[in-house]
Amino acid sequence: MNKKIYERPILRKVVEGMPNKFGSMKRIRPINTIDNVLIDDIIDSYGSPVFILSEKTIRDTYKSAYRAFSNRYPKVQFAWSYKTNYLDAVCRIFHSEGSWAEVVSGFEYEKALANHVPCNKIIFNGPDKSKNDLVKAIQNKSLIHIDHFDELYTIIQLTDELNERPQVAIRVNMDTGIYPQWDRFGFNYENGEAWNAINRILTNSKIDLIGLHTHIGTYITVSKAYAIAIEKLASLANKTFERFKTTIKYIDVGGGFASQNTLQGAYLPATDTTPSFDDYAHAITTALTSVNFPNNEVPTLILETGRALIDEAGWLAGTVLANKRLADGHRAMVLDVGVNIMFTAFWYDYEIHPVNESSFQSEPTTMYGPLCMNIDVIRKNIDFPLLNKDDRFVIKRVGAYTMTQWMQFITYRPNVVLIDEKGKLHLIRKGEDKEVFRKQEIVPKHLLEKAELKN
Amino acid sequence: MSKLNSLAISDNGFIFKPSTGESFTTNELGLHIIHLLKENKSTNEIITEITREFEIDKLTASRDLDEFLDLLKRENMV
Amino acid sequence: MNKKLTIAVTGLNNIDSPGPGVPVIRGIKDSNLDVRIIGLAYENLEPGIYMPGLVDKTYLMPYPSTGSEAFLERLSYIHSKEKIDVVIPNFDSELYLFIKFDDELKKMGIRTFLPTLEQFEERHKSNLPEFAEKYDIKVPESIALTSIKDLNDLPKPLVFPYWIKGKFYEAFKVTDSSQAKYYFNKLSAKWGLPVVIQQSIYGTEVNVIALGDGEGNTVAAVPMRKQYITDKGKAWGGITIEDERMLEITRHIIKSTKWRGGMELEMIKTEDGEYYLIEINPRIPAWVYLAVGAGQNIPEMLCKLAMGETVKPINTYKNGVMFIRYSWDLIGDISDFEKIVIFGEL
Repeated sequence: MNKKIYERPILRKVVEGMPNKFGSMKRIRPINTIDNVLIDDIIDSYGSPVFILSEKTIRDTYKSAYRAFSNRYPKVQFAWSYKTNYLDAVCRIFHSEGSWAEVVSGFEYEKALANHVPCNKIIFNGPDKSKNDLVKAIQNKSLIHIDHFDELYTIIQLTDELNERPQVAIRVNMDTGIYPQWDRFGFNYENGEAWNAINRILTNSKIDLIGLHTHIGTYITVSKAYAIAIEKLASLANKTFERFKTTIKYIDVGGGFASQNTLQGAYLPATDTTPSFDDYAHAITTALTSVNFPNNEVPTLILETGRALIDEAGWLAGTVLANKRLADGHRAMVLDVGVNIMFTAFWYDYEIHPVNESSFQSEPTTMYGPLCMNIDVIRKNIDFPLLNKDDRFVIKRVGAYTMTQWMQFITYRPNVVLIDEKGKLHLIRKGEDKEVFRKQEIVPKHLLEKAELKN
Repeated sequence: MSKLNSLAISDNGFIFKPSTGESFTTNELGLHIIHLLKENKSTNEIITEITREFEIDKLTASRDLDEFLDLLKRENMV
Repeated sequence: MNKKLTIAVTGLNNIDSPGPGVPVIRGIKDSNLDVRIIGLAYENLEPGIYMPGLVDKTYLMPYPSTGSEAFLERLSYIHSKEKIDVVIPNFDSELYLFIKFDDELKKMGIRTFLPTLEQFEERHKSNLPEFAEKYDIKVPESIALTSIKDLNDLPKPLVFPYWIKGKFYEAFKVTDSSQAKYYFNKLSAKWGLPVVIQQSIYGTEVNVIALGDGEGNTVAAVPMRKQYITDKGKAWGGITIEDERMLEITRHIIKSTKWRGGMELEMIKTEDGEYYLIEINPRIPAWVYLAVGAGQNIPEMLCKLAMGETVKPINTYKNGVMFIRYSWDLIGDISDFEKIVIFGEL
């Protein structure tokens, strides 16, 4: 006799005002391959959890972003934002596509150099550049984006000491009608600080001011905001040209494009609402082409897009450790993936899928990580299929910031693998083990002796 | 199991509890188990029945049954 | 039109803060259109599902927040059973999906008559100041906030009491900062960000229901004064009024935006005769049946426009027509409830 397919018994109370069965049930379907590679095979070879990056998705995403802008504007240059994901393999993919490097620390600067990025194609951003960093960047002719006056004075001082011509831009913050206004980085436009900085740089005559940089915020699609920002930068460029006969070669509009991850608190899923590269490109290039720059020369447009270029390419596969019922009857699942490696789970509602079909039933479930911490929650209240212990799951769109903001807390950080365009797997960052940490630690001599445990 | 007999249970898996006015839904196996409970079958008998009819091992079946019985108890149905 | 039309309508929640579905259906049924009405409901207990003689069939729908995939899948299932000619969505929260996937619906053979995405986005509560500037309309001071911290730091002209409004629905008048914080959290948790702060203006609440043909013409418009307002800010009684200035503002907005579809303009008329636009709802309001009663059957006209017919504008209506809302206890059977819960259809 053929036995029937087993579905575990369920009992659910019909609660009014709660999503109905037909309402909430977007059935979460299993995802068992990434670029035609079986996720089960990846976990079997590289352990659980494991980060998986798709080289194909990275290249495809980059190409579509580049196309969106270059179809609309003659001079476009992307600079890979290292802080978003600075695994060397990832950076090198972007560089091979033509991206420059955008770094915000001495550490990232060294990484960019080691990845063979030509020095004059490294943008050095951020408020934290040590004197040593600046010396190196000046000697290498890297593009230094000055954040504040103290940094500017250090550069002026170094110019005399080194007898080099630093290549600089200034970061400008401004009121574009966007609220809240980002004013903690760079020089303010409205109060004249930015113009003062330009004057200070160009009266020195030993520094080359080649760019203007602004970043008006995240998730901005209002073309008007870009129009205002670019109008203000253009006016600085024009004033600069009139007074010093210096031509601004590039306008850097920063990053800030949203990925398709849904922010907690958003009503509609981001897959339905996130603007496309075309939307952004339209807003920015329309603004750029409607203002006049000195000599009618259009400046190069630099984009430091991070999140929107890499999020989609990253996956995190893991395993269910346990199922449990909370005191109120609510279902909970404990995963081997915690906020230690998924810091971003604090603000995103990640899309999570089972790797294999296990059940057609689903139930509102809270997903906890394995850490002994109450805050270790990966997803609250997701209508998720019933998985058993040892079943596997995969989290979508984790390419941005996870592999840079993760922390070594309680346990080791896992392997990161890359699927190349031919479907071949490469380990690109080894999972940590105790030797990694033993190497960093030094036990004082008087504690070296094997001590008896005191009762 | 007299409490179960007071429930209005339809073949579609819709359960109405007249004493409280609450409604519940269950699935095919849940319905099956409730019928077996009404016949005063013991937990072991139910597990045997489930493993005979469905493609499932004993351990999983008994774990799921325990959970289901817990839910019934929580709702004061058994 | 002689063909029998199948019209799907959402918003059957005829409760204390009612959706427009039931009065829309009443309007359609009052007309001489030959129709089959399909109710689309989000919750098991939306009264419209159970009202005798109202809908021919109801289907449960996934919430828009579930995402477009599930939403379209369910719609196409319903369409395969019912062959829907026109769908009239009545919730702000679902409009985005209906507008964005208008083309897909059209390919399936389902027609809508909705504003464009630009029109829809532009009139958002959070964009009202820009909207007002662009079209030269007077609005109260307002600001969209994305963080509760910003409540402490509101720009100057905003003072208590002010309204605090959810992205899609709900508004509360607050008089101090602890109330403001309470409602900020409540609204952002329910409807997401931003939350909008709008200066409260003293005056009479007046509304216009209107229908634009998408070419700039106002094909219907009826102004009304709210006579009785519930604690949720909903009109529980209203009366049509003769107010040429309100109609002028309406025609101006429809003409300059080329508005397509139904809309409701919420305004405050101050004692010195100034009109402030408070909100633009991009859909038919729940009090639409008053307009039907006053001589403008907006649901009927909207169906005809959706079917591609030319509709002649109606410029007259009776003033002094009133509506008084009332509640009515339907007697239902649990077997109907069971069908909705188990099968999602009734």
